[in-house]
Amino acid sequence: MATKLPPVDVVTVGLGWTGSMVAESMTAAGLRVVSIERGPWRDTATDFPPSYSPDELRYAVRLDLFVRTAQAPITVRNNAHQTALPVRQWGAFLLPNGVGGAGVHWNAETWRFSSTDFVLKTHLTQRYGKNFLPEDMTLQDWGVTYDELEPHYDQFEYLCGTSGTAGNLRGEIQPFGNPFEGPRSRPYPTPAQKQPYGPVLWAEAAKELGYQPFPQPSGNLSQAYTNPDGVTIGPCTYCGFCERFGCGNYSKASPQTTILPSLMRRSNFEARTECEVTRINLDSKGSRATGVTYVDSQGREWEQPAEMVFLCAFQLFNVQLLLLSGIGQPYDPRAGKGVIGRNYSYQTTSFVHGFFDDKIFNTFIGSGAIGMCIDDYNADNFDHGPYGFVGGGYIGMVQTGARPIEVTPVPPGTPQWGSAWKEAVKDNYLSTIIPACHGSCYSYRDCYLDLDPTYKDRFGRPVLRMTFDFHKNELQMSQFLTDKLATIVHQMGAREVVKLPRTGPFSISLYQTTHTCGGAIMGTDPTTSALNRYLQSWDVHNLFVMGATAFPQNAGYNPTGTVAALTYWSLEAIHRQYLKSPGPLVHA
Amino acid sequence: MKMKTATPVDSSPPAKADLGPALSITRRGALLASTALFLAAPAAQAEILSGGSGLPWRPFAGDPPEEVKPGPWLFFTPQEAAAVEALVDRLIPADSETPGGKDCGCAVFIDRQLAGPYGNASGLYMSGPFLSPTPEQRTVEPGLQHGYTPAEVYRHSLAALDSHCRATYGGLSFAKLPDSTKDSVVSGLETGSLALENTDTAVFFALLLQNTREGFFADPIYGGNRDMAAWKMIGFPGAHYDYRDWVERHNERYPHPPVSIGGP
Repeated sequence: MATKLPPVDVVTVGLGWTGSMVAESMTAAGLRVVSIERGPWRDTATDFPPSYSPDELRYAVRLDLFVRTAQAPITVRNNAHQTALPVRQWGAFLLPNGVGGAGVHWNAETWRFSSTDFVLKTHLTQRYGKNFLPEDMTLQDWGVTYDELEPHYDQFEYLCGTSGTAGNLRGEIQPFGNPFEGPRSRPYPTPAQKQPYGPVLWAEAAKELGYQPFPQPSGNLSQAYTNPDGVTIGPCTYCGFCERFGCGNYSKASPQTTILPSLMRRSNFEARTECEVTRINLDSKGSRATGVTYVDSQGREWEQPAEMVFLCAFQLFNVQLLLLSGIGQPYDPRAGKGVIGRNYSYQTTSFVHGFFDDKIFNTFIGSGAIGMCIDDYNADNFDHGPYGFVGGGYIGMVQTGARPIEVTPVPPGTPQWGSAWKEAVKDNYLSTIIPACHGSCYSYRDCYLDLDPTYKDRFGRPVLRMTFDFHKNELQMSQFLTDKLATIVHQMGAREVVKLPRTGPFSISLYQTTHTCGGAIMGTDPTTSALNRYLQSWDVHNLFVMGATAFPQNAGYNPTGTVAALTYWSLEAIHRQYLKSPGPLVHA
Repeated sequence: MKMKTATPVDSSPPAKADLGPALSITRRGALLASTALFLAAPAAQAEILSGGSGLPWRPFAGDPPEEVKPGPWLFFTPQEAAAVEALVDRLIPADSETPGGKDCGCAVFIDRQLAGPYGNASGLYMSGPFLSPTPEQRTVEPGLQHGYTPAEVYRHSLAALDSHCRATYGGLSFAKLPDSTKDSVVSGLETGSLALENTDTAVFFALLLQNTREGFFADPIYGGNRDMAAWKMIGFPGAHYDYRDWVERHNERYPHPPVSIGGP
């Protein structure tokens, strides 16, 4: 029996990136905000100081910062003919936990989506014709444009101090930046990070082949920076312990380094950690959220009433909570009806190994987002007509740090053990590069999320089930991008080039980014979207769902920049309109 | 280290969470009800952090790792330990580059890992049913999808290996075999050509190889990579954590010896 607490204005489910942004924005307006976070409080000095953060076994292999699968199980199958089985330990995707969420241990690769990404269905249909698209691809326009989001991308980049080189300033293409990017209103707040040998050499080869390389935009800063809220971030030391790790130098943009110091000075804010929201409560009509129910670490149940509820958990958990709370019509893939769970998408990554004889790359040097990239084969930046697929991705020599348990590249045919293995590891460790392709993943009728019929979580509730596989379009695209990447590595003078394109079926054990998207997508039509263009639930007007849950399909870029921009875009509408007159912001 | 002035977390600290009985994962049983099992931090308890006084701070609130100490085996029996020492010595033989796996501490590493939360699959979802996975549904630690913790895989597989060797090689345990025979056995485990009774050798070999490499390349505080021999072999500087002066020194060998979290 839940104990009812005094009401507050706002509850955020989760205190990761979007929860922190929402809490900051709403407390700044004088509202009383409570953030309920399943995991622990985290901060740099106690959880990832330099004295013990660089521990590959603990953080990268044993996944100490991530949520335990016992606490947040997911089941996975490739298609509806299979039985979904639990992901006993994370592999393909690593799900976050705790205050700061994935913002603690992301790589800080801070991209904007391409202009065409937001009007993808209209654009591709216009350019290539409806029949060019696979029949079961469920592409949709977002309901928001790049131009509308531009000020909000800018806001996130200036919150973080993102390091980069502008490629398109107010319509004018700039040298050394990304010539394909959408126009930005002003330069990046700090200059691009320095680049190690591998990316520099790779970029030279790319230029020789006629491409236009540029430094990847990085939330690991090139220099110290103080953001508009007065929070100072330090300069990155290129330590090579970025993804999966918290940053001990205060130099990775995270809620800890950009928002929490100012948020925690506000007496109208409260964080409740180690508390798991189990349900969003609705009124008797089901059209208004009355608050949330949560369980604390001693198993006690609490009801927190609130005027507004923001779902700010990680994308998969947002969808699970909507399903368990009975909000929105669950997607039925056979009938093709319903919206919760619909249009689940992922990311299509691939790699090339470049083995060299005569180069010292010092690949242990890295930051999560340094690297030189080309965008020539992303989005619709090239004519897809001759190739028969849609989508693309950036291709880049990104050097995040080659830590030896995870990264000891050896040529094909090398034994897995013994002296020959040791010799190959030693000979190749410092002189091998592993550039990557970061390809899009569009949505399909048979890729979706729902509730598992068999497996239960620790509360006895159904676990979230993922039905997903790569389709021919994405695999063709991956082959194409990987081939292009290989030509660049050949151009560098590699002794041996090994292509590793993405192949199907989708495996739960091979790491392929945590860019799980969709499931409660935004759009203009309530029959094919769960949220309107302000991320407001069509069904429950005082419920807003943040995160990559809103993406109708995933683009060829890392998602966090767009997640943040959408959050700020939504908050702007909430302050401008909703708070003055609560109700639907869009009438369908 | 300069201490900041302390700001208490909250004036009314919550009661300490009852961590419940010591964790025991039952392979085919239901999860224990205690919610504290699954939480990341050692002193996991619901916390209320009120804004208004800035970031919360408590002395000694960090969670540094515990350094493995030399001493008796915590998980392996003496026979199991002898087999594992011999196995890691074949996977990582002594040569001009490094000592063998045993002298690098790989068996000690594995012993300590299996005796701890990793060995117990602590925090992992180990509820049934355990159904046969497609290749794509196999887990990173391959025994888990079949309901076996790493500790159970080793215990069971080492016993089966021992039985096999004694039966096949005139009563000799694995550790007593000549090196070339050991290598044949290891290859057999690797390729699946060697069948052990009631044992998934592919699962065992994959786990053993993974753990041996972990022990070889992990920070020495975990018992392996003794004297940072593996890091010295490949030129990995360990926990150096600052390469600002080196990122733009292209094609230049980094000259400094590696450092461990436990010290240089």
